[in-house]
Amino acid sequence: MKTAVYYKTKKITINALIHIFLLTMVVVCVFPLLWMVFSSFKTQETIFRDASLIPREFHFENYCLAWQQGGFGRYFLNSILYTASVVIGIIIVSSLAAYAFSRFRFPGRKILFIIFMAAMMIPVPGSFVALYVLLNKLHLRDTPFGYILCMISVGLSTSIFLLKTFFDKMPRELEDAARIDGCSKLGIWWHVALPLARPVLAVVVVFNALNVWNEYILALIIFDSRKFMPLQVALQTFRGEFVTNYPLLMAGLTITALPIILVYLLMQKYIVKGVTSGAVFG
Amino acid sequence: MKLKAVLENYVFVLPAVIIFSIFYIIPFVWVFQLGLYEWDGILPTKLFVGINNFKEIVFEDPAWWGSLWNAGYITLIALTFQNALAFLLAWACDREIRMKNFYRMVFFIPPVLSEIVVGMVWRFIINDIDGANIINRMLAGMGFPDLVHNWLSDPETALTMVALVHSWKGFGWGFLIFLAGLQTIPHELYEASRVDGANARESFKKITIPLMIPVMVLVAILTVLGSMQVFELILGLVGGEFAGHTSVPALRILASMRVSSRFGYACAQGISFGLILVIISFIQYRFSHKARQASN
Repeated sequence: MKTAVYYKTKKITINALIHIFLLTMVVVCVFPLLWMVFSSFKTQETIFRDASLIPREFHFENYCLAWQQGGFGRYFLNSILYTASVVIGIIIVSSLAAYAFSRFRFPGRKILFIIFMAAMMIPVPGSFVALYVLLNKLHLRDTPFGYILCMISVGLSTSIFLLKTFFDKMPRELEDAARIDGCSKLGIWWHVALPLARPVLAVVVVFNALNVWNEYILALIIFDSRKFMPLQVALQTFRGEFVTNYPLLMAGLTITALPIILVYLLMQKYIVKGVTSGAVFG
Repeated sequence: MKLKAVLENYVFVLPAVIIFSIFYIIPFVWVFQLGLYEWDGILPTKLFVGINNFKEIVFEDPAWWGSLWNAGYITLIALTFQNALAFLLAWACDREIRMKNFYRMVFFIPPVLSEIVVGMVWRFIINDIDGANIINRMLAGMGFPDLVHNWLSDPETALTMVALVHSWKGFGWGFLIFLAGLQTIPHELYEASRVDGANARESFKKITIPLMIPVMVLVAILTVLGSMQVFELILGLVGGEFAGHTSVPALRILASMRVSSRFGYACAQGISFGLILVIISFIQYRFSHKARQASN
């Protein structure tokens, strides 16, 4: 009897300690973000004096200012446009290629696939220098089109790998049935393979969307014109100009961070799947 | 008919191959080519200098070696502090406790944010403008006024701040992978060892650690590759290279291109750095291979 009580107390104590440890880390994770959001509602005068987390009065005008005068409305739309175009482009291009690599036999199939996979393994830290030169030559620098194409190529290897792995394991009966019914190869890809691949397509979409939304260096060297800049680059320029207006900067940061947090919370399942499959390298 | 079928197959891979060739393969080749030239990025003529750029990197560029050293320091803290924390958290979550999914959800929020955002938010928390520094305020409030410090503008502490914020952003990756690894260990193993009279610490040492070695090596490789190449975080947090105190190779390459307009030299730096990264991950891979063989 005594030992049972002893073990129970011990178990409760250990569980409590574990929860305290985990909750501390939760606070460490969340606090900076809450501080960012709440600071964006303060004013330039109160932001340094008001040390409380939740401000005494909420100033929503920071968001209007950032959105209009700060230009964040435009940058936000740019980021949305780039993210959507790149993700759609990657889905189409990589699923076509992955389907061919998985189902068809043609000369050069193996070597092409190896080249795509090798690109995933080899880091090329200076490649943005050459990309800058290339885009200059193609007259695609400082154009959204050039940036979108570059970002599509960045995401291709990993997406092809994920999709091919999925197609390899996918049963072929439905495709065979469609072929017997006279469906073309492209038709089978579109009507049969893509709908079946929906779970892995979700992983591809989420990871590429995060990647494009958070991308900085290529946007920095490709865009000179302010009107094309995505949020990440605009934030850095913005800070240079409004160096002292912290509430406004915090509003800009919140505008940049919030969509990605929401996407993450909604698509969490697919992110966990992507990370733990070990295929998506951070 | 057969030819048509083959051509049809190529239609599937063609878009990927074209985009990839133009925007990945060509720049890749050009990096190696440009590394042999002295070129400002504008003039139509490039001056061929052979391996002089590489000689300069190795023998006459202390700033480059300093930046490598800094990246190594950040990586070392990420490998030890960040990964130990990630492992502890994963181990704490790998049991029947409440709110497990909540913890997992929260710990992966920092990794999905951009480095620029993370850097700027943390700058606002620990920089030294009067009154905004919450950390200093807390230190003073808790009765340690001596510890109040200009964390980001002191050359001695700036790089450590970078490494700590980097760890804050990155531990969620390790946590998720470690947790997935721990969950693959069958429960029967622990039960069997308890029946045999082993206590919790012994089974942790004899079962958990050996089975987790491959996962640990994977996390280590990802950590090294990620931490060595960190630089956007530094732009957000510190604002730049801080006279070399927080410079890293990626920032050096960017400066060679945009500040000194030496495109060839920037490419040579990129090649040298890429080579270092490939060698490090190869060594780690070999190590993991041996560890796996030993555990079998």
